[in-house]
Amino acid sequence: MTSTFLVAVDGSEGSDRAVEFATERALAGKAKLVLAYIIEWSPYSFHTPEELAERHGRREEEIERAQTKLLGPVTESLKSKGVDVEQVVRHGHTSETLAVLAGEFGASQIFIGRKGESRVASLLFGSVTASLVQTSPVPVTVVP
Amino acid sequence: MKRLLTSIFVFLTLSVPAQAAGFDETINNATAPIAKFIGTIVFFKIPVGEAQLPLVVLWLVIGAVFFTFYMGFVNIRGFKHAIELVRGDYSDPKSAGEVSHFQALATAVSGTVGIGNIGGVAVAVTVGGAGATFWLIMAGFLGMSTKFVECTLGVKYRTENADGSVSGGPMYYLDKGFAERGMAGFGKFVGTFYAIGIFIGALGIGNMFQSNQAFVQFVNVTGGETGSWWADKGWLFGTAMALITGSVIIGGIKSIARVTEKVVPFMAIFYCVFALIVIFMNYDAIPQAISNIFTGAWSPEGVVGGALGALIIGFQRAVFSNEAGIGSASIAHSAVKTNEPITEGVVSLLEPFIDTIIICTITALVIGTAQVAEPGFALVGVQGIAMTSAAFERTISWFPIPLAFAAMLFAFSTMISWSYYGLKGWTYLFGESITMDRLYKLIFCIFVALGCMVKLGPILDISDALVFLICVPNILGLYFLAPIVKREMDSYFARIKSGEIKKYKHG
Repeated sequence: MTSTFLVAVDGSEGSDRAVEFATERALAGKAKLVLAYIIEWSPYSFHTPEELAERHGRREEEIERAQTKLLGPVTESLKSKGVDVEQVVRHGHTSETLAVLAGEFGASQIFIGRKGESRVASLLFGSVTASLVQTSPVPVTVVP
Repeated sequence: MKRLLTSIFVFLTLSVPAQAAGFDETINNATAPIAKFIGTIVFFKIPVGEAQLPLVVLWLVIGAVFFTFYMGFVNIRGFKHAIELVRGDYSDPKSAGEVSHFQALATAVSGTVGIGNIGGVAVAVTVGGAGATFWLIMAGFLGMSTKFVECTLGVKYRTENADGSVSGGPMYYLDKGFAERGMAGFGKFVGTFYAIGIFIGALGIGNMFQSNQAFVQFVNVTGGETGSWWADKGWLFGTAMALITGSVIIGGIKSIARVTEKVVPFMAIFYCVFALIVIFMNYDAIPQAISNIFTGAWSPEGVVGGALGALIIGFQRAVFSNEAGIGSASIAHSAVKTNEPITEGVVSLLEPFIDTIIICTITALVIGTAQVAEPGFALVGVQGIAMTSAAFERTISWFPIPLAFAAMLFAFSTMISWSYYGLKGWTYLFGESITMDRLYKLIFCIFVALGCMVKLGPILDISDALVFLICVPNILGLYFLAPIVKREMDSYFARIKSGEIKKYKHG
């Protein structure tokens, strides 16, 4: 049975390094890669009625953009390298959603790039990586 | 309507500061006869004993009672499930990013929690006595069923536009629902009637009444009718308010709207907390105030028409506040993407509960306990929001100022929501085009300003009349379409019971 690795992608340099690192491991161990892009979103935010009416269209746009602009090029280049790769876009709380996706795709590992935020910034806004490490059901590899 | 437009024209041409002093009066004199005319038609009354029962109130009460029984007390049965839905227990994580049940509810509640919850209750208590509160709560309870039916239908019969946005609400379910039952022509007729009603009604309940009461409270805290520099500057306050509203709905300055939508729920909580503090500071008066509500409901003293009089006024104010039967909330709810329209109906049950059974009752108790503690407190001539403010002031002297702030925010968020409801009626009639969209919003802003220039009496009459008018086609449609809702509801609850519909979270 081939194993599956989940890679968090957000278009940053850190996530590029995570993809690179995961690709090496995947090629070495004949594993499948799942590239995940999470759009930060909360079901408990407040909106005007006009925003609600446009929401469905906006969501489709957001997903479309993430699929084609962000994940698409990465997937193509990995495929050309002979990697078995799949991509997924989801709305939600980033670290929670990554943990859920790991379960859904039966991933044995999650790869995530480190942003290298300052201490103050991560104190104030919390760090996605740190909370993923705390809540993930599978081992997490943090790529610096 | 023609005379109303004339008066707007007068307002626009005469906006010269020198003439402004007597200006409020001019507008007032111009609108009073119109209000009277519309009022007589819509509130056609039949005498029952001493009381005058407006047929339209009877129409609403019968509707609410019918739906409560026909749906097997869904307002009680569905309550727990409504909370589970809002909490997201049944939300599929794969459809995250769509409008959630919580968001639809919060938006609809922001639209209904308005000045009616603060000022409207005072009107009810002044006219109908303490007993009107009992009927207000009763109306809120029954209204939950009406709301359930209309919001379910709103989702079921909405229209998805080419750009991915959705349009829904009574005009769409009346139109399509009747067409399904082979009455396409009639459906088109009532749909159009409703659309006209909601776009004009939006200018009253969701606009003039709100801006008027916000202005009243503002004058109140800046020195009162006689002392405030603002007292005769309704035109100035109104123009400012119209400009801010315009910057959001026309200028698309979403940040203001977003801030308001975020602040309003906290404001509502803040209001309730302080109201409870005031009530408990008058703890001596609580038993008497509560007992007044119950005795007043059946045998009120000094209320024209006795118990029936109190009932009529209670129901009238409740509908004005929670909008059950008007169909407005179903416009906001129809944005939710769900395979089960019933879930939206179930969630919407909570609106009359929050709006009327919780917030209005709290306001009524603030006024009620003040009246018991100090029988002469309700000064002659003090009405609407000024009365609620005075009741708060008795216990917390500085409260009228945050109350004025809260009132303005409530008024503002309600106006934003209603500008959209009215717009949907308008675009149903004239199509979704930018020009028509702008034109409507411009008219809406003019009415915001106008609302600050007339006295409460005629404004309330116009608002009431227009809003009750659209209940007629809406509830008529609900009767025809209720069997469809019932069928879906029974199937839905059966699938919940059998475990076919599962929770995603909490096991």
